[in-house]
Order: sequence, then structure tokens, then C-alpha cells
Amino acid sequence: MTYKERFDKRDFKEMRPIDAKIGVVPNADGSAMFSFGDTIALASVYGPKTLTPKHMQNPEKGILRVHYTMLSFSVGERAKPGASRRSQEISKVTEWALSPVVRLDELPGTVIDIHIVIPQANAGTRCAGINAAAMALAHAGIPMTEMISAVSVGKIDDKICVDLIKEEEDYEEGEGATDMPVAYLSNSGKLTLLQLDGRISTEKFEEALEAGKDACKKIFELQKKVLKEYK
Amino acid sequence: MTPKEKQENPGKEGKREVVIPGEIISEDENDLPGEWTVKSGKNIVATRLGVVEKIDRLVKVIPLSGVYIPRRGNIVIGEVKDITMNGWLVDIGAPYTAFLPLRECHGFIEESEMENVYGIGDLIVAKIIDVRRTSIDLTMKQKEKGLGKIREGLIVKVNPHRVPRIIGKEGSMIRLIKEASKCVIIVGQNGLIWIRGENLENQLFARKAIEFVIENTIAEGLTEKVEEWLKENKLKLKEEVKEN
Amino acid sequence: MAGYKVTRKNIMEAISKGKRLNGRGLFEQRPIEIKFGISNKAEGSVSVKFGKTEVVCGIKMDVSEPYPDHEDEGTMITSMELLPLASPEFEYGMPSIEAVEIARIVDRGIRESGFIDFKKLCIKEGEKVWSIFIDLATINDDGNLIDASALAAVLALLIARKPVYDKKKERVSYGEFTDEKLPLNIEKMPLTITFFKIGEKVFIDPTREEENATEGRLTVELSKPESEKSELINAMQKGGESPFSIKEIENIVEEATKMFKKLKVLVDGEIEKFEKEKTEKSEGKKSKRKEKVEE
Repeated sequence: MTYKERFDKRDFKEMRPIDAKIGVVPNADGSAMFSFGDTIALASVYGPKTLTPKHMQNPEKGILRVHYTMLSFSVGERAKPGASRRSQEISKVTEWALSPVVRLDELPGTVIDIHIVIPQANAGTRCAGINAAAMALAHAGIPMTEMISAVSVGKIDDKICVDLIKEEEDYEEGEGATDMPVAYLSNSGKLTLLQLDGRISTEKFEEALEAGKDACKKIFELQKKVLKEYK
Repeated sequence: MTPKEKQENPGKEGKREVVIPGEIISEDENDLPGEWTVKSGKNIVATRLGVVEKIDRLVKVIPLSGVYIPRRGNIVIGEVKDITMNGWLVDIGAPYTAFLPLRECHGFIEESEMENVYGIGDLIVAKIIDVRRTSIDLTMKQKEKGLGKIREGLIVKVNPHRVPRIIGKEGSMIRLIKEASKCVIIVGQNGLIWIRGENLENQLFARKAIEFVIENTIAEGLTEKVEEWLKENKLKLKEEVKEN
Repeated sequence: MAGYKVTRKNIMEAISKGKRLNGRGLFEQRPIEIKFGISNKAEGSVSVKFGKTEVVCGIKMDVSEPYPDHEDEGTMITSMELLPLASPEFEYGMPSIEAVEIARIVDRGIRESGFIDFKKLCIKEGEKVWSIFIDLATINDDGNLIDASALAAVLALLIARKPVYDKKKERVSYGEFTDEKLPLNIEKMPLTITFFKIGEKVFIDPTREEENATEGRLTVELSKPESEKSELINAMQKGGESPFSIKEIENIVEEATKMFKKLKVLVDGEIEKFEKEKTEKSEGKKSKRKEKVEE
């Protein structure tokens, strides 16, 4: 019982203040910003457009190409520009998180490019990226059957926490830190992102899943509100 | 509203609520899912950001954003991307590249002449005669005026979903702008607009007028606002033309 | 789809008449919007918008060994990322020549002006010096990336604060900042204006559509140290295929000195505003703390 109060004094199941905007990249077909406190993600979408060269096309359905990158000055110790193994993995799980709801079978032979950039990071970047990307896809008029919302949940020592900050991810006392980014679909309530890093009992795991679901509902309300303000 | 009705009553959709992907827009199991919707159990769910339109039992979504969705009969303006043995590949801003077959052009064109008729990078005005799952066919062989290569004039690019507003009820809005600017204006349904006038000043004036319509697209009494704007700025235009 | 042949013709015709397609003057700058502190992890950061063009810049610092021929000087590296986020024309992979050129132009202006006092970045001669990383990235490309980037770099340097250096552990404590600004010679601040050419006409701050229609450009980086009677040219770059006559270049330099004065006023104003807001914020915190203590 070492983690009695969160570093930033939030309730254990409380998220940082969230914010969102669409249209942040005028050149793109769709774009959005999403933030959890001081973690900010920008996303822009180009497409659907015919994929060239032709041999790379999928004649059955469209392709989502996700590219996630952090700016070198988004973190304390400078991150070298360019892809890293971490950013490649995040790009892939993001693609898997978004693609189940995109009506790619209506768009054979095309590609939809999703670019996610993190200008400022304090944990939860892949979740902020998914939230921004989901809004950017809707803004770009890409047909989707549901919206997607993501949040990082975890267990810090013995407490289930929602929306972890970096200090919490690095926590080493007591039971240490278990980090679990999740993404839920708005209608079916199914999970499209689930990763886990740490040690957690099955009971606490279920508690974390529920906490994540509740937080994602709130995130969805914000995404909905901002999209409905589109003019 | 059918697309035709939408053309005749533009701007009405601005007053309706915007729906988002995944939103339930009908819970009546007798309703039928139209464009940009899916049936989910007994509900109908929107798949695009837009406004809902219901005619009888058919429920569909009119998109507010996104790439141009081609329809047969649309006049479009596109950029020639490539030349093949039997036609031209044209980018009309749709998910798929459009194709203008040789046989859909007037007269006989030698294969070696194709580049001169429509070269890569040229803009052309054409009509869509066929839309299939992944292909769009164009033609030049229609009675409409203005089909062919664009050699001079000004091009304005707008969100294709704003085109009905720019055209106006029975073409009233675009007519206002044409008369005030003394320009020939061809509006492509894919969001590209071609303005042709006597001089650069008139063309720029027409372009500004179109941008004014876009900026005030959800405003009430847009026609009156545009008429006023045109009157005010016409005087400035006269002076500018004199200067040059 | 930017830059159709026909649009290029229009732009060229308009420019030859001394006009722009949206009515701007040939030497009229688009509205500039500046936002500081876009990343609280950077030693200094800023977003600069010229109309719809947006470029961000972050300053990161580290401690490393000096170069063998400059044992008592800090180092500086400038990089530019043309992010595919910002335009359908940008691609992933090795930095393109466009990105490399922008980084090098920005770097030259800052280095040659003497804006940064590199000797004051020395911690222990021959062993430890501060390295400054100037990292630029595009958020939206609507032309004139060189000038937006150069301005962003200078602004970010002006507001940057050194991070804490743990002498015992002999490394930087990332995330902890001091109140110490970078060792800058403010009066040697370099400001950059690029002049673009179509036919005989020259103009500044093009949109992407306009820039694609240009045939050549000349970037001029100026500073006005107090000791000098007139502006100094610190760096120049001619780009594109179009040649320039001596007269054209002289006219451009003269126009550049006029633009420099305007830019300087803008920069001074923005920095003043930033410092003021910072003081008000910390005073707000102090008075809150005072209230708490009094309670």
C-alpha cells in the first residue's frame, strides 16, 4: 500500500482534462487534435485515393496505412527523428485498433493514409493518437460503423488508475506499475486495442477493463461533441 | 431531399443536426438503409459525418465532408495524369481515377496525337457517363457547352459538398455571380470551378464572390448577403479595371 | 493537386501585373501567428503560422564533448522534418533535399550572425560543452517554409531556458529547467526573408500554389548589431534555376532591409508579451503561495 495518493492529486479513476479539435491541418482531407492533460496528439488523414503502384493494391478492400511519430522535442531526452521500433509497433497496433470499423470493403484498391504526430508527451500517447485519428477519419468522411476511443489504464502498486502519467509508468515501489492501453468501440463496446505490460491479477485486470470502458465513454462524448460542431 | 431537391434547396441541411459515424438514426425496423448507412439489428446507423435525410422509408446520410463521390451525369473538372493506348487517366478527386476513352471524344484522334489533344497536367471538363465499383468513365460527347480542355481562366477548388450552395436554387446563386462579374463560370460537381472572363480583375472578383459564399454557407438569407456584397465590391472592381 | 498548368499561368500573369490572386501586395506578408511553449518538454518551443503554413520548432540541449578544433565552444545542430502529416507531397524516409536545404539555410543564418555565444556554452574546455539541437517540423505546408522555419528557430532560442545539469552525475536532468536563458547576443539576432521570382517580378511570402509557379528565389539573412551603421548580411542562398542580375540582387537586398525592420518590431513585441505573461504567471503563483502561508 505504497501508492496512497496520485502524484497530481487526481482520483484513481479520474482522467486528466481532455480536449479535442478538428481541422488542425488545412491541407488534409481530415485532421484532429486530442489531448490528455499535457499529452497532445495530432492526426491527419489523406484519402481514400487509388494506391499506386498497382501491385500493392488489395482488390478486395482498401488499406489503412498508419504512421505514428514523436517529435524530437516532445520528450525530456531528445528523441532522434525518424522511425524507432517503438513507433513502428505503435503504428501497427493503431492500424489494428482503427481498421475493424472502417468500411474498407467499400473502397477496394484504395489507400487511406493516417499520420499521427506527438508534439508533447506525458504518457498515453498512443491512446491520444487513436482518439485523434478516429476523429480525423470521421472528419475526412471515411465511412465507419462506429467510433473508437482509447485510454491508458493501469495498476500502480495496488491501485487501478486511469490515464497514467509518465511518473506513474515509471513507478517502482510496492507492486510496481502495470500499464494497459485500451481502446473501445462506441456501440458494440468491443476492444480493438489491448496491450499489457507488468503484473496483475485476473480480478484487478477485470476492474481495469471496466475502468477503461467508463473513461472511454467520456472520451467518446467529447469526440462526438466536437464532430457535431462541424460547419 | 433527393440530390436534385438538395440542388434546388441548398443550405437547408445546415439547419439540421450533424450525425457522426456509428450514430443510430432510426430505430424503426421497417425503415430501409440508404446511402452511408448500415442496418444494425433493427436500427439504422450512420457511417459518415453528415445530415440525415428521410424519404418515405429510405433513410440516408448526406455527407458534409470528404472526397468527391462520383455520380453518373455529373460535370467534373479533372487533371490528366496519364495517357494509355485507348484513352486518358484523369484525377477528379474521387477515390478512383477516372478514364476518358478515345471513343468518347469528338472526331478521330491518332494515337500519336493524344498528347497534343490532352496532355499530362492539362485540366479538362467532362461528363461522367458511367460509375462502376472501382472505375469512373468520362465522355466529351454531350450536348453541354464547355466540355474540353481548359486553356485559360481561373480555377477555384472547394469542398465538393458546398457545390449545391454555390450553384443555388435553380442556379440562382451562380447566376448572380456570373452577371456581376461578367464571367463564364463552369462548376464541376467534384469541387473544381472554372472562371473565364475578359480580364484578370473580373475573374478574381468572381473567385472572391465564390469564397464569400463558402465562408457564409450556413448563414440565413445568404442570397441577400451575396447581392449586397456584389453591389459593394462591383464599384471597387470598376476602379481596378480602369487602372489597368 | 496544387499547381495546375492553368493556375501557374494565372499566377504568372497576375504577378507580372504586380498582383496576387487573393489581392495581396507583392511585398505584403500574410498574417503571422506565434504561439510559445507548444512542448513543455523542450528547453524552448514555438509554433509559427504564416497564413495557413505552420512550422513548429523545439530546442533541446545536451552535454557532450566539443569538436576537436573548437575545444572551448558549444555545438549546434539544426534539423528539419517535412512531415507527411503536413502535405500529400511529403514522404517518409531519408530527409529530402528540400528538408536538408531548409535546415542548412536556417543553421547558417544563426551561426554566422554570432547570435549564439558559443564560448559561453563551454562547461569544461576540451571535455564538456552544451549542445543545442534546433528541431523544426512542418504541421501544414502552404508555402514559404524557409522563412517560417528561420523565424521559429530564432523565437525558440530567444525564450529557451537551460536545463539543470547534475554536476555529480555529470549529465542533464531532463524535465528540470533553470531560469537561465541561452547565452545570446540579442542585438545580433538574424532575421530571414526569401524573395521569389517569376519573370522580372519579385515578391515575398508565397502560398504553396504561388511557390510552385516560381522560377527562382533568393534568401537573405540579416542582422543589425548596434555597432553597425546599417544592416549586415550574414547568409544568402540563391535557389531555383532562374538567374538574377546584379541590379535585381541589389534591389532585393534593399527591400530586405525594409522587411527586416518590420520583422524586428514583430519579434521584439512577441518576446516582450511572452516575458510579461511569464512574470505575471509566476507572480500569481507567488501570491497564491503567500495566501497559503498566511492561512
